[in-house]
Amino acid sequence: MQRQLNDIIALSSSVILGKETQIRLSLACILAQGHLLIEDLPGMGKTTLAHTLAQVLGLGFRRVQFTSDLMPADILGVSVYDRNESNFKFHPGAVFTNVLLADEINRATPKTQSALLEVMEERQMTIDGETRPLPEPFCVIATQNPVTHIGTFPLPESQLDRFLMRIKLGYPDVRSERTLLAGGSGRDHLVNISPVIDAAGLIQLQQQASRIHIADTLLDYLQAILDFSRNSPQFEAGLSPRAGLALKQCAQAWALLEGRDYAIPEDLQAILPSVANHRLRSANGGSVASTDLLTKVAVP
Amino acid sequence: MKLIFVKRCRRWPYFEDIALSIVQLRWVLGSLALILALHVPYQATWVVVSSALLLGWRYWLALRQKYNPAIKLPGNLILFPLVILAALGVLYTFGGLAGRDASTALFTLLLAFKVMESRSIRDLTLVVMLAYFLTICTFLFSQALLIAILTIIPLLALTTALISLNETAKQASRDALLSLGGRLVAQALPVMLILFVLFPRAPGPLWGVPRDATRGMTGLADEMRPGSISNLSRSDAVAFRVTFQGKTPDPEQLYWRGPVLWDYDGSVWRSSQIESAPSINILRPDSAPISYTVTLEPHNKPWLLVLDMPVKTGSVGFLTTDFQYQSRQPVRSRIRYEATSALQYHQNSALDDSDRTRALRLPAFGNEKTRALARDWAAQTRKPDELIQKAMRLFANGFSYTLTPPPLGASAVDGFLFNTRKGFCEHYASSFVFLMRAAGVPARVVTGYQGGEFNQLGAYMIVRQTDAHAWAEVWIDGRGWVRVDPTSAVAPQRIQSGISSALPADEPLPALARPSLFRRLNLGWDSINNDWNQWVLGYNQQRQSEFLSKITGSKVSRGDMALWLSCLLIVIVGLIALWVLRPARSGFDAVQTAWIRFQNKLARAGLPRLSAEGPLDFAVRAAQTFPASQPTIEMIVELYLPLRYGTNNSTEAVKQLQRYVNELKTSKSGMR
Repeated sequence: MQRQLNDIIALSSSVILGKETQIRLSLACILAQGHLLIEDLPGMGKTTLAHTLAQVLGLGFRRVQFTSDLMPADILGVSVYDRNESNFKFHPGAVFTNVLLADEINRATPKTQSALLEVMEERQMTIDGETRPLPEPFCVIATQNPVTHIGTFPLPESQLDRFLMRIKLGYPDVRSERTLLAGGSGRDHLVNISPVIDAAGLIQLQQQASRIHIADTLLDYLQAILDFSRNSPQFEAGLSPRAGLALKQCAQAWALLEGRDYAIPEDLQAILPSVANHRLRSANGGSVASTDLLTKVAVP
Repeated sequence: MKLIFVKRCRRWPYFEDIALSIVQLRWVLGSLALILALHVPYQATWVVVSSALLLGWRYWLALRQKYNPAIKLPGNLILFPLVILAALGVLYTFGGLAGRDASTALFTLLLAFKVMESRSIRDLTLVVMLAYFLTICTFLFSQALLIAILTIIPLLALTTALISLNETAKQASRDALLSLGGRLVAQALPVMLILFVLFPRAPGPLWGVPRDATRGMTGLADEMRPGSISNLSRSDAVAFRVTFQGKTPDPEQLYWRGPVLWDYDGSVWRSSQIESAPSINILRPDSAPISYTVTLEPHNKPWLLVLDMPVKTGSVGFLTTDFQYQSRQPVRSRIRYEATSALQYHQNSALDDSDRTRALRLPAFGNEKTRALARDWAAQTRKPDELIQKAMRLFANGFSYTLTPPPLGASAVDGFLFNTRKGFCEHYASSFVFLMRAAGVPARVVTGYQGGEFNQLGAYMIVRQTDAHAWAEVWIDGRGWVRVDPTSAVAPQRIQSGISSALPADEPLPALARPSLFRRLNLGWDSINNDWNQWVLGYNQQRQSEFLSKITGSKVSRGDMALWLSCLLIVIVGLIALWVLRPARSGFDAVQTAWIRFQNKLARAGLPRLSAEGPLDFAVRAAQTFPASQPTIEMIVELYLPLRYGTNNSTEAVKQLQRYVNELKTSKSGMR
């Protein structure tokens, strides 16, 4: 089990160089059965990361490039009249897969965004009065350009909350970049990668993550963090109960990645920025909101 | 805990009525049942039974109400006649509504009726408060150590019931309620102790115990008839306890002097009017005086028992002309006094005429055979010594000692001396004095106790009603009143080693008078009880000031006492408050303690843990700072994490953790 996880990380790191932390976080997010939002400038390897994870985990992968004229039916699917059989036939959309890469989600109109986010939450969809479950496991990896860019529809906070984690990739370090430029890595190598596990294996891992022991002491710490975010004047709004649950699940997944069957404060601290930053807004418009949570809340 | 506490306090007092749950009712009813159980030995059976029935009825109604809310509690039309009936019952049983027994019975019944009409939490709270009082009422009947200990049970139950009544928000488990109740009671304990030791005592009792409280006390009567002392001997109740200053005298010298009986009417010996005239100076001690302290159980009579003959007594009572030590009022509560006695003595004075007349007076007729025998003896000799010898020789042949003598006819002395020849000490004393008076020697009967049991555990002597005894005193010119114990002629063992060795095994003696394991256990229990009596019940003004000046080495005024009391109370309550309001999660379990010690050690070495730093990060930083200790630090954190955050709770791991934390100290030299 632990070897599988290590293999997954190692294999992914051979494709996306120098980004092991981000790979681990993404994996933790998937293990916690959440959806991932990758936010960064274009060309930083967001798509590659999503694709690599899907490949390594042996999952079905679909990619939808979001544009301003993308319609909900393009993602969800549509019923078309079949003349031969004289009835409507459902043509499943892009969501009927394991990993859906929603590229540049903030370029689509809010209507389309909402359609996707609804499916993300429900993990099933109802069209023409018929409820269709999505495949298991199901995970949306959305990428997004920073909202300051031209021609984007920023996701409202309520919808950001649907993403378990938001990570940033950042520029590669010098050595990784050199390797990349020398052609030693990149998306071309994806074809050579064979999956480490499959969908069933991932479900097993997800179940295992949810069984990781969380001690009362750690819950105290978690609640202290939530409390701080709600009572401290530097935040406009505190972390929601859903955010609290997200923190717990991610800490469990992180502990699993660390090879422990119990979570410790460091697990919580490791995932805290990715889970909390997009749910918090500093009152003074400051940037990194979760730093205070990490440095000011005492570990019991 | 503090939050729960505050939350619970917030609901006080009740301004509105809140319906009660069956759990709360169960707590209150259960507590009341416990109090009733405690009262079984003291209260009339019908009172306890009908109160219990009322409580049961209320519970049954509550159970039915659970399924059928339409069921109502009985209305006044039903309850009122029942209350009248109960009051009449008390009136009939006790002949009134006042007095200890009647009042307690009435109170118990009314409390049970109050439960019958209790619909709300407010009602039940009132019931609980009254029930606290009913618990205290137990002490009107008995203040024994066992009762005091048993009283804690209903006290705890009542406190828990009170908590449960306030617990409206959520249904706490029975154990949680009990443990909170226990903690509340335990927190009251230090305050209680300080109040007990330091609260200034009033010189007398604050209130009088009702008169009927003295019913059932046993002890020597002011008269003696055949059978009166042997009846007393069947009780193993403690008469008094004695602590000797110095050596304990031999058993045959232990004659505890009680009422002196002068007047005989043919069947009953009575004591005459008491004259308070200290005649100590005419008593000449012939041996070193013995000092001792007596703790006398209440017997509702004025006599204070002292060793034959008292030469010095305290201010508790006064000495009469016939050397009885008497209190001015009947002894209704346990009393403690000191006295000094001389075991060998003589009197130089002469017997005054009125006393001589009284000491020779006999009924005008009756017991003719005895009178004839005495006249016969008197014809042979006039010397009192020889007459005494004759009488003792008579008793030594053919007489036997028994607790169950056969009945005597109209002429009691004749019947005993010439027919039955079986008797207890009162028969011997009575017939001996009769013989002496008939022979012209002044004599009188003395009742009291003889012997006693030395309790090694507390180094004091227990004298029981079993040891009740009667003997005689004869006036011999030049020597004064001389003690003669005719029983010693019949059963010398009685005087030397107590009543159990003098009586055959089939005599109806109380079990405690015979040697057994039970008796040994009883001695241990009695020793504890003695301490309880001396130090808890007997802790009066005098003892308090003695005790306090012993501690401080100087006299303690009441003002000082009040000052101490307030200071100590503030300190104690403060300490309790600190403990209760301590930071809710300091988690003082072994794992956490070990970890905190680890942190403290590193902090002393210059590496404190940052407050927001996780344990693993801290350990890594510590290992980097002190590379020499790295293996130990690694082991510590490897052990600590699963113990604190994982499911591991093996004591072995905890011990290992503690060991490694200890080891870290030895490698301190390796830390820079």
